[in-house]
Amino acid sequence: MKRVLPIIVVLIAIVLVWYAAAIGMNAQWQSDVYRRANVTDVPFTQFAMDTWNQEKPVLPTAHQVFGELYNSTVLVAPNKPRSLLFHAWVTFSATALGFVMGSLLGIGLAVLIVHNEAMNRSLMPWIVASQTIPILALAPLIVVIGFNIFTGTLGIPTDPARLISKAIISAYLSFFPVAVGMVKGLRSPEAIQLDLMHTYNASANQTFWKLRWPAAVPYLFTSLKVGVAASLVGAIVGEMPTGAVAGLGARLLAGSYYSQTTQIWAALFAASILAALLVIAVGVVEKLVNRSMGARPA
Amino acid sequence: MSVTTELSNPAGTTTQDAVISARHLGLTFKTNDGDVVALSDVNLTINKGEFVSFIGPSGCGKTTFLRTIADLEQPTSGTLTINGMTPEQARQSRAYGYVFQAPALYPWRTIEKNIALPLEIMGHSKSEQDARIKRTMDLVNLSGFEKKYPWQLSGGMQQRASIARALSFDADLLLMDEPFGALDEIVRDHLNSELLKLWAATQKTICFVTHSIPEAVYLSTKIVVMSPRPGRVTDVIESNLPSERPLDIRETPEFLEIAARVRDGLRAGHSYDGDHV
Repeated sequence: MKRVLPIIVVLIAIVLVWYAAAIGMNAQWQSDVYRRANVTDVPFTQFAMDTWNQEKPVLPTAHQVFGELYNSTVLVAPNKPRSLLFHAWVTFSATALGFVMGSLLGIGLAVLIVHNEAMNRSLMPWIVASQTIPILALAPLIVVIGFNIFTGTLGIPTDPARLISKAIISAYLSFFPVAVGMVKGLRSPEAIQLDLMHTYNASANQTFWKLRWPAAVPYLFTSLKVGVAASLVGAIVGEMPTGAVAGLGARLLAGSYYSQTTQIWAALFAASILAALLVIAVGVVEKLVNRSMGARPA
Repeated sequence: MSVTTELSNPAGTTTQDAVISARHLGLTFKTNDGDVVALSDVNLTINKGEFVSFIGPSGCGKTTFLRTIADLEQPTSGTLTINGMTPEQARQSRAYGYVFQAPALYPWRTIEKNIALPLEIMGHSKSEQDARIKRTMDLVNLSGFEKKYPWQLSGGMQQRASIARALSFDADLLLMDEPFGALDEIVRDHLNSELLKLWAATQKTICFVTHSIPEAVYLSTKIVVMSPRPGRVTDVIESNLPSERPLDIRETPEFLEIAARVRDGLRAGHSYDGDHV
């Protein structure tokens, strides 16, 4: 109860602010509607109710958004383009593929950097520089050019090509936290732990698998949590510039073309729910791994 | 110092009993602030089965000397042989077990897995590993704690586990760098008498770094007194205490006499550099 209470208080505050803001932001349209219909002297309760239930409100209210979420998930078959689950799945598959690619790339770079001073000096500045380029500038390039190369030169069918293009953007965003975290993690063993391996005349391979890798695992999971959220952002951004018809990003874009604000908000909520589920999933794996590695219970 | 040392070590040669032999050994660290002489002209022979303590103030090079034996540091002059080999060859043939100041147990491994670590690296079979784990855990009185993780054990027990790990692959030489320095005196006394029993049971050659005079005298057959700036050996004392040593031997006149000589050696080394009172 002690842990739930503060969350509920904040939630109530958010809902209050939300509904109050909806009155203000939708008021203009509502008064126009009344004027055209020659309705006057509307009581405030009626006015408030009307602003909360408009067809295309500037700010849709919570019950409208969750209603839309409900309508487009439970009431629609999940294989129909009307279903948010369909779009969420499209986005998730690109996210997952990109996350796996980015994590492997990040781990691989970290291993190179930790074991080779030349790699450390030459790669690290480029890794940092890669993240200074706005992804919004890069995404159309990767999606359009990548898609053309995949379908044209490589002869990959359009659906996998689109998936891979988006996954590359996800990987581009997620490899960075993993690489940086793993460099720190692989370097985390203390001097005497490394000396110990030296006294056993252990090979570099043995030192890596028996010392550096397990020592880096806590750092890995911290990075993966950041990386998986970044992957989702990458996948959504990758769905925007292509005129894609599927995915949460496409849904957001379509909503804004047709002023379907409720649909935009429903897609936004779906994206954040998906992000939360992904981070929780990584967290669950982390807990299981920690337990098997004898971590002291927190 | 003693007759035996002189007889067995005519200058420049080593007998077949010599496990460690240092001749004019020197080590200079190059730092940004200039050279630091950690060891200077160290001559020492350690024979098979001896328990040798290295005692001296901080900076006297006792730990550096131990690390040089272990091939964790490279000497810059002189020669050093371990079983007639260079330190590197000795390390490659897994000639010694090393116990560090801290237990340095890997926190993600249980105690038995920590002890298995060198055995895995050296390629022992699973059944061989199990037998050795059981034997060394019995030896350090840790039976029953096989499945515990390091954080579940006290500091003294962790250090015992690290000794078991150093013993598990049966090297004849045990190098110990202030292994009980971080423990309280009661635990330390206990572990010291355990260590003597273990030494008697295993017949190993032990090099033991300490800065406690009673600990050095209680444990050793030979005490090497070192002094700093530059690190060098100022005295080598052969102990004539009986091999059976109950803890209260520390109140006997023989014990106190050796302790006094160690203290004199330390003081002589200190007055040398003048800036100490």
